[in-house]
Amino acid sequence: MAVIARPRGAVREQVADRFATEKRLAGLNILVAFLALAIGGLMGVLQVLEYNGIDLYRAVKPVLPGGYYQGLTLHGVLNVLVFTTFYIIGFLTLIAAMSFDRPLASGRLAWVTFWLMLAGLLVAAVPILLNRATVLFTFYPPLKADGFYYLGLTLVVASTWLLLVNLALTYRAWRAANPGAKIPLAAFMSIITMTMWTIATFGIATEMLFLLIPWAFGLVPGTDVILARTLFWFTGHPIVYFWLLPAYISWYTMVPRLAGGRLFSEPMARVAFVLFLVLSVPIGIHHQYTDPGISEIWKLVHFIFTVGVFFPSLLTFFNVVASLENSGRARGGKGWLAWIFALPWNEPAFTTQVFAMLLFAFGGAGGVINASYNLNLVVHNTAWISGHFHLTVGSAVALTFMGITYWLVPLITGRALWSRGLALAQAWLWLIGMVTFSHFMHMLGLLGMPRRTMIGAAPYIQPEWQALLPFTLVGGLLMFASAICYYLNMLMTITRGRPEPDQEVPFSRAVSGPEDVPAALDRFTPWVVTALLLVAINYGPTLYYLVSTGRFNITGLSPW
Amino acid sequence: MKHEKYMGYLFEVAWILPSVAIPISVIVAVLITAFAVGIRVPDIAGRIEPKAIAATEPFDEPGLRELAPGKYEAAMVAQVFMFTPNEIEVPVGSEVTFVLTSRDVIHGFKIVGTPVNMMVVPGQISKMRFTFTRPGEYLIVCHEYCGGGHHAMSGKVIVR
Ligand code: HEM
Ligand SMILES: [Cu+2]
Ligand SMILES: [Cu+2]
Repeated sequence: MAVIARPRGAVREQVADRFATEKRLAGLNILVAFLALAIGGLMGVLQVLEYNGIDLYRAVKPVLPGGYYQGLTLHGVLNVLVFTTFYIIGFLTLIAAMSFDRPLASGRLAWVTFWLMLAGLLVAAVPILLNRATVLFTFYPPLKADGFYYLGLTLVVASTWLLLVNLALTYRAWRAANPGAKIPLAAFMSIITMTMWTIATFGIATEMLFLLIPWAFGLVPGTDVILARTLFWFTGHPIVYFWLLPAYISWYTMVPRLAGGRLFSEPMARVAFVLFLVLSVPIGIHHQYTDPGISEIWKLVHFIFTVGVFFPSLLTFFNVVASLENSGRARGGKGWLAWIFALPWNEPAFTTQVFAMLLFAFGGAGGVINASYNLNLVVHNTAWISGHFHLTVGSAVALTFMGITYWLVPLITGRALWSRGLALAQAWLWLIGMVTFSHFMHMLGLLGMPRRTMIGAAPYIQPEWQALLPFTLVGGLLMFASAICYYLNMLMTITRGRPEPDQEVPFSRAVSGPEDVPAALDRFTPWVVTALLLVAINYGPTLYYLVSTGRFNITGLSPW
Repeated sequence: MKHEKYMGYLFEVAWILPSVAIPISVIVAVLITAFAVGIRVPDIAGRIEPKAIAATEPFDEPGLRELAPGKYEAAMVAQVFMFTPNEIEVPVGSEVTFVLTSRDVIHGFKIVGTPVNMMVVPGQISKMRFTFTRPGEYLIVCHEYCGGGHHAMSGKVIVR
């Protein structure tokens, strides 16, 4: 439905861009995200160099006094807490508004969200940079960081809830204006993502507010480690879906259009998202299979529910591939598989995201091993896990987010992408680099090499590890080259790109679209209630047991 | 258009069946290895007061203890950045129950080449059993970041 440009509040020119606020905010959030990734990514290069006996930490000692582990803290925090969160908030702010075809209910609230997140980031960054929070991005107590590290991270997380408030208000206004219409798909998915995330953050918020912050500021003498870990993983598993669902939103609602076709099935896409809402949170104990103090029975229950998540994942795989096939055929492709060659492989936003999907398929297969209860014993905390999540968050998510910017940055800045060739080179380099890096990290893990360890300096380094480590360097350097292509291209686009105003979000239409969506898949309340119930069942007994037997007497240490 | 949708439904059903069958087979396979073959993950093994480790059995005398012929208990204490003891020696075919706790922060305990893999947590007791059927030197690594000297924290099981 066509709404005439009507800026809120004051009388402004009719020509004003209705989505100016959303575009500004998306641009700023994504800028912060990629600045964080630049520093975080550099730390990754230092790590693979160290693996191979090239220790640059001595050279950068004045800025990185904590060496390897301070760098690793930066790598984890900047890449998977800061980059992801800022990008997601910016991206969803823009596409939810554009999908509803109306600005967010409160532009002011959206700005407050951004500034609070940024304030939280700065508060957390100071202790990390001062080497007072070298506790990695998981901050497991009783490693004890400066209290401001916990405070800053908490502020970032809590601020993200404001986007859900804004989306809910926007939805209400949209609903009043569109009684009986189906919620546009990307808006529906954005609200599901933020709802899931808000439920998920109960764990980390509780851990921070009741355990870590009082303890780090000296208000209480000790803490309970397993309770804290359990609350951490309550959020720590679903956080991966918080990262992944925005990439899925792009794969479902935009990639088919970029590919020149249509989404295969909107109802099936909604089923998958609703299942992610219901199943993402009550399975976090699958990260604690090797923990003491948690009953084997609940580990098993969480394993079984984890396997349940394979179902919406396989639905997504099917739906996305079917949409690609639809696109290939729409472009004149034929045969069982030959349609693949008809896809627009010279289109950077498309190719980058399809490579991300491909890498994710490998990551998903490895994930089945990690999730499988006793099989996890083979890989837990080895380099295998590192290999795994560079395919998932480091590729499915990060590479998709880069691919999206190939149309999003032109849309925000009104300037065309500077070089398509460089963008394609970026995609290929990441694909090849990541396949190499992650393959050898998986192998090293199977050979028993621990993760989160300064391997080049470990006295027990094994000769069979040393034989494979050089390949992680090759892969890492290819990824680094890919990143250089990316940043150069973006810099040139922003400063030199040919003006190209009035671009649109490439939303796809569907073969089976909103007309086939049953009412149940256009509602939130029943699914939220189901999700909360499952959380209560799967976490209630364990949390009750841990709280009631907790001794809160572990004082902690900062041994770095 | 009609035909396209109809074919679409057929494909959907053809995909949904394996999407249900695969997860179910994974669950069944894991349940068999866990409860028929006996490869289990750590369970609740009790709490301990970190300040009283020296006075609490079996950590008052860390080390190897023979429980019955061919059955041993290895009690070990983890702290920054070492295991006490950091080397144990057992005959081939021994069933060893590893019992650990931590004096300070979280450590990891992985015996490379075996499924023994657990977190060692202050305030908690971690326990896992394994039968060494092949002789050799097995590397123990601390595989959870525990501070600046984490990469120096290791140990050894010697099986003769
Ligand atoms: C140039 C590219 C990159 C290289 C060379 C690289 C390299 C590495 C290496 C070697 C490790 C293992 C360190 C250890 O366990 O001791 C690691 C850990 C990690 N990487 Fe990367 N990485 C890169 C990009 C990324 C990206 C794009 C992401 C996510 C967006 C990412 C997320 C992580 C995370 C979360 C960890 C675990 C940190 C921890 O254990 O605390 N990395 N990286
Ligand atoms: Cu998980
Ligand atoms: Cu350790």
